[in-house]
Amino acid sequence: MTAAIHEHETPYQPVFVGDRRKELDALFPLYPTKMACILPALWMVQEDRGWISDEAMAEVAQVLELTPAYVKGVVTFYTMYNQHPVGKYLIQVCTTTPCNICGAEDVVSAFMEHTGCTDLGITSADGRFTIIEVECLGACGFATPVMINEDVVESVTAARVPEILAGLR
Amino acid sequence: MGYPHPSHERETPVLSKYFGDRDATSLDGWRKRGGYEGLRKALSMTPPEIVDIVKASGLRGRGGAGFPTGIKWSFMKPGDGKPHYLCCNADESEPGTFKDREIMRWTPHALVEGCALGAYAIGAETAYVYIRGEFTEPLARMRQAVREAYEAGILGTNAMGTGKRIDVIIHKGAGAYICGEETAMMNSIEGRRGNPRIKPPFPAVSGVFAQPTTINNVETLAAVPHILVNGADWYKAMSLSSPKSTGSKLFSVCGNIARPGNYEVTLGFPFKDFLYDLCGGPLPGRTLKAVVPGGISVPIQTMEEAEASKMDYEGFVVQGSMLGSGGVIVFDDQQNMVKQIARAARFFAHESCAQCTQCREGTAWTTRIMERIRDGEGTHEDLDTLFSIADNMTGKTICVLSDSCAVPVVSGINKFRSEFEALIKKPKFHPVTAAVA
Amino acid sequence: MATTAEPTTAVAQPKMVNLTIEGRPVSVPEGMSILEAGKRAGVLIPHYCYHPGLSIAGNCRMCLVEVEKAPKLAPSCATAVAEGQVVHIYTEKALEARKGVLEMLLINHPLDCPICDKSGECELQDFTYQEGPAKSRLRDPKRFNPIEDFGGDVLYTTSRCILCTRCVRFMDEIAQDTVLNVSERGDRALIGKFEGKELTHAWAGNVIDLCPVGALLSKDSLNKVRSWELDHAPSICTGCSQGCNISIDTRDNTVIRLRPRPNEEVNKYFMCDVGRLDYRWINRQDRIEVPLVRRGEALAASDWDVAIPAAAALLDGKRVFVAASPNLSNETLHLLAKLVAAGGGSGAFTIRTGPEAPLPGVKDLSLRADRAANGMGAEILGFKRTASPLDGLAKGDVLVVADADLSSATADQLALPSAILVIGTTLPDNLRAASVVLPIANYAEEEGTFTNLRGRVQRFAQAKAAPGMARPSWWVVGDVLAALGKGDAYYLASEVFSAMASDVPAFGGMNYDALGMRGMVVSGGAK
Repeated sequence: MTAAIHEHETPYQPVFVGDRRKELDALFPLYPTKMACILPALWMVQEDRGWISDEAMAEVAQVLELTPAYVKGVVTFYTMYNQHPVGKYLIQVCTTTPCNICGAEDVVSAFMEHTGCTDLGITSADGRFTIIEVECLGACGFATPVMINEDVVESVTAARVPEILAGLR
Repeated sequence: MGYPHPSHERETPVLSKYFGDRDATSLDGWRKRGGYEGLRKALSMTPPEIVDIVKASGLRGRGGAGFPTGIKWSFMKPGDGKPHYLCCNADESEPGTFKDREIMRWTPHALVEGCALGAYAIGAETAYVYIRGEFTEPLARMRQAVREAYEAGILGTNAMGTGKRIDVIIHKGAGAYICGEETAMMNSIEGRRGNPRIKPPFPAVSGVFAQPTTINNVETLAAVPHILVNGADWYKAMSLSSPKSTGSKLFSVCGNIARPGNYEVTLGFPFKDFLYDLCGGPLPGRTLKAVVPGGISVPIQTMEEAEASKMDYEGFVVQGSMLGSGGVIVFDDQQNMVKQIARAARFFAHESCAQCTQCREGTAWTTRIMERIRDGEGTHEDLDTLFSIADNMTGKTICVLSDSCAVPVVSGINKFRSEFEALIKKPKFHPVTAAVA
Repeated sequence: MATTAEPTTAVAQPKMVNLTIEGRPVSVPEGMSILEAGKRAGVLIPHYCYHPGLSIAGNCRMCLVEVEKAPKLAPSCATAVAEGQVVHIYTEKALEARKGVLEMLLINHPLDCPICDKSGECELQDFTYQEGPAKSRLRDPKRFNPIEDFGGDVLYTTSRCILCTRCVRFMDEIAQDTVLNVSERGDRALIGKFEGKELTHAWAGNVIDLCPVGALLSKDSLNKVRSWELDHAPSICTGCSQGCNISIDTRDNTVIRLRPRPNEEVNKYFMCDVGRLDYRWINRQDRIEVPLVRRGEALAASDWDVAIPAAAALLDGKRVFVAASPNLSNETLHLLAKLVAAGGGSGAFTIRTGPEAPLPGVKDLSLRADRAANGMGAEILGFKRTASPLDGLAKGDVLVVADADLSSATADQLALPSAILVIGTTLPDNLRAASVVLPIANYAEEEGTFTNLRGRVQRFAQAKAAPGMARPSWWVVGDVLAALGKGDAYYLASEVFSAMASDVPAFGGMNYDALGMRGMVVSGGAK
């Protein structure tokens, strides 16, 4: 069963080839060590692949002369690196205290209801949405801020959720 | 100004003057508004001269600790043959705080200028600006501003034609509150997990890449060019209280308040006027219950304490709290303090780097107890246990994240005990009372 | 004051700092931590993450002590001593803080000591017993994480882990093979590795010893023994010529495991996995337990009173060729050399070799290519290192097989000698033609010394009893020499050593007391 699944898997395609490789090489002179480029390198992986797989960690380790275990230790420290594939739209709702007192939990519920996501962190059946609660997005005066992929939408209320989702179609 | 609201007449807009003004984000627009004059002036001076002016201005770190900036800079010994580094702390993650975000969004060149100036003043050729990964728009604006500054010859090997080398490098974080702690930030820049380091050695001796380093907050660095242009006395004169708290300061206001936003006032401003006048007081039909004046890590104030506070480094301490990062979180009568303190504890448990025992275990344990009380499963012993855990978490770890988690819990129980007790169940069966009955 | 200028020594003397720890005055070099200074003063400050062989992490917070005039409790592992410092370890404030740490470490710990291999030698148990809380105030469910096989000899029992990161630091700094990490954050954190990258480094097993709790366990000795049933004997590893100091841990006369024993000059705190796991031969059951003397076709069980004279009669007046094991002690080799001298023959040894495996973080520490403990001693004592064990055996010689491995010897070679005397632990099939067989103890069953590749002479103690009538090898050879009238019988290994020290210049001035537990380097250094 598992063997069959692996047979159909496409082999890993490296991220750091062509322009990406040049982009990474251009970072090296900015820091005294190659290790310092690990966060930017992981960002490049995530921009290209949407998440950071074990194979990608091994590749980052190789290009930065580190070990895969080291890279994994770093990846698991920073919560913005996705350790699993996410939906087409990753919706991150801030629910820390300042937003919480402004109704952030209702915003989360509204997103769940209107996307068909059954659980936080579980991608919707159509593969479009993954909803997670995040800690403080640093936009507390614009409660509730919601980060949808790379964009922060400010002052989201439960009532605005359908309109925001409509804009994503 | 109280962005996104129009400026209030009692504000003192220095750093926030151009918030909301799209034209100020470009290099040309910034120059039209007097930008880079502070840097130009600084580059014509020697680093010790700059440090002396900053010292004289009384400017203190705006990130939370409030250490005098000029003194911090004077720890960097020029000519020691080592590369020096400036790290700008733009990892603004303290819940309730969003001032640096607006500085970078609207006046990115103000920070680029501040970084270049700061780097020169401490004998550094490189400034890393560590911006949290969630700040996608500020990151884009800062990257654009840095690009423009390089193209205009403000940065690079011949900064403003002086032959001096100044590089400003944007480093994007990836989701870790603790990277706002200066030594954790240095580890993160080096490509490590964001674990705070044991001090000593202090950053000025061995900082990022084991070289002498100074770490300054965004707001601090953005203020320096103004001081260079207008003079230390101008800055010092901006105080409504003691000479220990000088200049203007951005306060981020959020929570249950009529006009949330960023307000810039002179230090020493009365907090009561600030809350009710500038920020418009409570939402219609509600009353205010509690305030956290300096980000979630500082003690919660009752309204009585808050209304008696002066907004400066000493004023909040007198009233049982701290200025912190200037992130004001307002709670009104609709909020259950137990629920919100539990939520704050969960934040810290999520963000603990996992090094120190008391923090790793204590933040999570505190959260479990707080959430149990919130859910009506608490006991009176739990309150004693919370105090005891808080004591174990205070002043015993590498950094202060652990202390910060204890702060809202302790101040919350002390000041809003009735809300806790209301949620604590009466014992279902007690042999003594049962026998008497 | 001296009137003549003394030549200044090249190494500057460190500045000494005077302080008081728990009322005991102590003078230590500048820069030392309070924790290490405490050891000098004779007080052990409780700690977990600190290990003298690793960098300072300062994360467990267990070593908090009170320093007079300091505003906060100080982590003694990360706080340098200062002149006039007054340190208190057992004040209420310090005790309460450490009690708090212990309570926190235990809230999610499974407390499964009854089924934990570490039990009895666990620092979490020890310090909890010493100053921990009597009961836990945890009312919530404990966190649980599954057990993980880390590869190599290492099993990770995640729930017992206290995240001290000694293992991570060892692999990173000392083994310089970063296969372990701290994964995740907060109380979700655990020691992680990368899928497919196992703990296969030749020195990885040290993480088991470094672990202060029962999180990292040896799969080899898993569930074999309760630690308090073990007897410990200081010894030297015979896995290679490095001479790592070890402890042989036995139960009921059976070796259960080998662990490193600190020696700053040789192996610091470490030993390699090859040495660590190479102990089963010590327990082998097919030993010769009685002296055997040939009676016609058969080797008959005999007694020492008969066998020793029989061996002497075999050797008397004959040229002797001694095939010696390079794992025999200096003492035994010295007596064998006298045997050679008496008969005017020669002695030789061979050493099995294998790939080197250095431990990069420690200078001059490696699993050496020479996989025997005492090649250096054998060479100093006049034995010739040869490619095959019987090189130099001449027709008509009496062949003395001193525990050497002759499995590679051909029938033709074994037909050369006029007689064969086996002084060994076992009797292989191809030596059944021997005339006399004298059973000896293996190195774990006797005491003696080895000389490592750097010429360091180190003692090892007896860890278990020899089977049957087998006797220490030096005793047997000494008796044979005495029976030949070529020397005295010896009753103590130390007497043999002292005799050797006066005979052989390389060992001049040494005796067991002088060697102590650290050893001494032969004069003139290694050959």
